[in-house]
Formats: sequence, structure tokens, C-alpha cells
Amino acid sequence: MSMLTVENAHTYYGNIHALKGINITIEKGEIVTLIGGNGAGKTTTLRTISGLLKPREGDITYEDESLLKYKAHEIVYKGISMVPEGRGVFARLTVTENLEMGAYSLSNKQDMGNNMERVFNLFPRLKERRSQLAGTLSGGEQQMLATGRALMADPRLLLMDEPSMGLAPVLVELIFETIEQINKTGVTILLVEQNALMALSIAHRGYVLQTGEIVISDTAQNLKDNPTVQKAYLGME
Amino acid sequence: MRTSFGERMLDLIVSGFLWGIRILIVSVIVIGTIGTLRTGQYTSEQWIDFVVFGVAQGSIYALIALGYTMVYGILRMINFAHGDIFMTGAFGAYFIATWLTNTGFVDANPVLGLLIPILFAMGIAAAIAMLVERIAYRPLRGAPRLVPLISAIGASFFLEYAFRGFFGPGKYAYPPIKALEGSWEIFGIGILKVQIVVTIAAFIMMAILYFIVMFTKVGKAMRAVSENKDTAALMGIDVNRIIVSTFALGAAMAGAAGVLFSLVYRQIDFFMGFTPGIKAFTAAVLGGIGNIPGAMVGGLVLGVFESIGPSLFLEGLGITRPYQLKDAIAYTMLVMILLFRPSGILGERLTTKKA
Repeated sequence: MSMLTVENAHTYYGNIHALKGINITIEKGEIVTLIGGNGAGKTTTLRTISGLLKPREGDITYEDESLLKYKAHEIVYKGISMVPEGRGVFARLTVTENLEMGAYSLSNKQDMGNNMERVFNLFPRLKERRSQLAGTLSGGEQQMLATGRALMADPRLLLMDEPSMGLAPVLVELIFETIEQINKTGVTILLVEQNALMALSIAHRGYVLQTGEIVISDTAQNLKDNPTVQKAYLGME
Repeated sequence: MRTSFGERMLDLIVSGFLWGIRILIVSVIVIGTIGTLRTGQYTSEQWIDFVVFGVAQGSIYALIALGYTMVYGILRMINFAHGDIFMTGAFGAYFIATWLTNTGFVDANPVLGLLIPILFAMGIAAAIAMLVERIAYRPLRGAPRLVPLISAIGASFFLEYAFRGFFGPGKYAYPPIKALEGSWEIFGIGILKVQIVVTIAAFIMMAILYFIVMFTKVGKAMRAVSENKDTAALMGIDVNRIIVSTFALGAAMAGAAGVLFSLVYRQIDFFMGFTPGIKAFTAAVLGGIGNIPGAMVGGLVLGVFESIGPSLFLEGLGITRPYQLKDAIAYTMLVMILLFRPSGILGERLTTKKA
């Protein structure tokens, strides 16, 4: 049984049919990437899984249970965390407070302390800035904070929405290395990316999304070798 | 973009008009102040009296203003029923305070005699605010911003006339606490005990609220929700519960303010929330709406201005009963802030997307 199955999901924004029956499966321990252009429905897919949007049709099964009956904040308790698009750190909260909010679903203060220690080990920069307001951090630091904040909840499945957006190439590499590192600790990852080359270099499998539909689904290696993908998303002729 | 000559002329006229208002206000204040001080009809002790009363009154405004500013911070909505929530707190406290006074409990235990009605008022106000949120605001979440505003005005009328229906249009005498009669000598100046106690009580309440918002889990969640509801939900925060808690906390402060107000003015009626409500709203705007320390500062500034303003600014202009105009001072301040510094004293210029 797969960890997460998205089955024939149709999601709408008002009258706009944003997801037209997509199917995605994620196995435990994988890094799966979702690539596609602007407006293809990548973010919509993540928001549908995390419960911020509800599909009008179809089902989402996570660990043998449908997620549709749960609200977004309840889904966090199931072990799914999300790093939202554009990072979405709480600008007027300090770094520590942001991380505490990430651990909101934990009932044990001890766990929160341990997780914070772990996040600080992963991102030493955050430790230096822990009493600073998140709004004063640089883009890269905010991405670290958003990632660390999602890890605070001890997720088994981590949804990441364009972690490389707007970052300098050095930072992009750092973030992708961290994603692999997080994956090695046993966290399954669904990664949405415009930077398809980077995403495919760390992912096991990938889906190509085009105007709300999955057009190709394959292993990351095959996708990299696929001429259509190369042409449309990897910038190769 | 090129603007036509007419548009530029219009801009010039408008800004000239606004400058005219500024100059007018400043000259009224300066000429009035000089005029008053030259006649020397008030002793310095009287001025101190004005300030002390202003601080007591202002701390009550500040307590109410916190509710406006917190709800605005989290929902970007002005809860115009908030002044009436303050009234419900005062009414709730009235009955229990009367009962406790009649049984002689208040005379025997003045501290508890003050605390019990305050706690009771906080509870009632919080409960009613939670109901109002559930019935009048939550179903309209996501509607255009004008819609909940109208609903708030409706809720305000509903509370006023429901209380009028239950308790009649007359005024009720709020039972005084004997231990708070008279005055204390501080640095050789006699200050009414009730003003000192009201001020201290209000400051304690504000400190408690500030502690809750800054340092508790629910307080941090309130701040997170006020920045971004979706992201807050992704943290596992039940956004609706936090919104209700915000209403309850703000209302509890207003309920406590209702008791303190009643101790100063000694009478309550169904319409008593209207004026303090608008004053507190003014205080919240003055301090920078959405900003909690701003609401506290705004309340105090407004209270003091209102208290010394009539005598200091207006009497010197030859106005015979300036105290009648104290409300005009408050509302003039509101209009001035909205015109010249909409972000308030402590307010930052809020951009919608920051991070």
C-alpha cells in the first residue's frame, strides 16, 4: 500500500477547473517531484493534499485513510507538513516563535526542544538569528526557517512548494542537499519545483503536470532522458 | 502618467485645504493654551487632577481599545459591537455587585468585592462576544469587508435593544465600594482613591493581556493567524478556535473595563457602551490599529487630551463651557489621525504581503 494516493482529484478555484483528475502515488521513503510550468497546478496539488483546498471529485488516501474528512489543521496531526510557496514565514514573529508554531501540533514540550535542536543542527544560521524577527531574514534564511518550521512537527510526509524560488544558485544547492539529508532521516518528500533539473537530480520519481493534468510519470532518470521533458523543462534542444 | 492641468489644480487645492486645517488646529491649540495660561484660573494642583483623571479614563479606553485592535489584527474587521460588549460586562457586574453589597460582603472584603464583579463581567462579556462571533461574523468570513462591518453594526443595535428590552431604558446606580471613597494624599496632592484603583487595575489587566499575547502558545498562535491564516492552519493551528479566543480575550478586557467605568461614573444603562466604544475605537486608531501597545498608548493619550483639552485649549478662546466639548476633542482627533497619519502613533505602514 502506498503512503499517499491521490486518485482522480478535481480541484476548482471558483469556476476555474485547476486540477483535472490527477493521479499521484507516493511510496514511503521516496522523494517524488512534481514539475511543470506556471499555472500547471503544482501548488494547487499541494494545497489539495494539505487540506487548504478540497477536491470536488476524487479521493486522497494517506496511510490507508481518506484525508477528505479532515481540515487542514487536522491533517498536520496525521504527519503531513508543508513548506508553503513563497516560504510564508511569520514575519513579525521571531525565528524561535516561528519554529514553536511549527511544533504547534506536538503535545510534549520536550519533543519541541529536541526538534528545535535538530533544526538548529541542520541550519546553524537559524540558531544565530533565533531571536530576530523572521521578516528581517534574507530569502535563503527564510527558506531555511520555513523548512525547519515544517520539520518541527515531526512529519512523515513533507510537502515542499518551490523551495528554490528566488534563491541564489549556491543557496539552491544547499537547500537541495538539505532536502536529501531530510529524506535520509526517513521523511518522505513531495517536491514541487520549477527548477526541474535540480529536482530531478535528487528525486526518485517525478510527474510532469500540464494545465491541470499529469502528462508524464516516470523515474527521475527516465524523465531526465525524455526528449519532451528535456525540451520543455530542462531547457535543452 | 501625465496629469491634466485641472487635476494638478485640484491636488493643489486639496493639499492647501489640508494644510489649512493643520494650521487652524495648531493655532487653536496654541492660542487657546496661551489664553488659558495667562488668565491663570487653574492651579497646578487642578492641572494634576485633570491629568490623573485623564489617565484613569484613558486606561479604561485602552482596555476597550485592545479588543478593537486585536480583532482588527486577526480579521481586518472593525467589531463595532465591541462597545456594547463592554456594556454587557457592566450589566453583569452590576447585579452581582449589588447583591454582594447588600449582603455586606463588599464592606467586609473590599478586594474580593472588586475582583468578583470584574471576573464575572469578564466571563459574561467573553461569552456574549463568542456568541456574536459565531452568529454574526463567522458565517460572513470571506465576504467583502463591508458585509461584516454592517453585521457588526447590526449586532451592536441588537445588544443595545435586547438589554433595553430586558432591563428598561432607565439608569441603574452602580453600587460604590465604601473602601474606595475619599482620596489618598500622594506627594501632598489629594487623588481620588477610585481613580488610583481603576488605573492600577487597568494596567494589571493590560500587563496580563500583553503577557498572554507575547508568551503563551495561544497568544503566539493569535499573532501567527493575524499574519496568515492558511499558513497558520498548516502549522496545525485551528484558526477558528484562535479567532474565537481573540474575541473572548478582547471582550474580557472590555468587560473588566465596564466595571472600572461603572466605579468611576456610578451609573449604567443599555446605551453606555456607545460613547466609550467610539472613544476606544479612536484610541485604537490613534495608536495604530492592529497594534497592541499602540492601543494602550492611544487610550492614555486620548484620555489625557480629553481631560485637559477643554480647559487648556478651549477655555482660553473664550468658550464658556468648554467641558461640554470634550467629545468634540476626541472626534476631532479621530478625523485628524485619519487625515494625516492613518497608521497611528505606533503603527507601521502595513503592506499586505511582507515575507
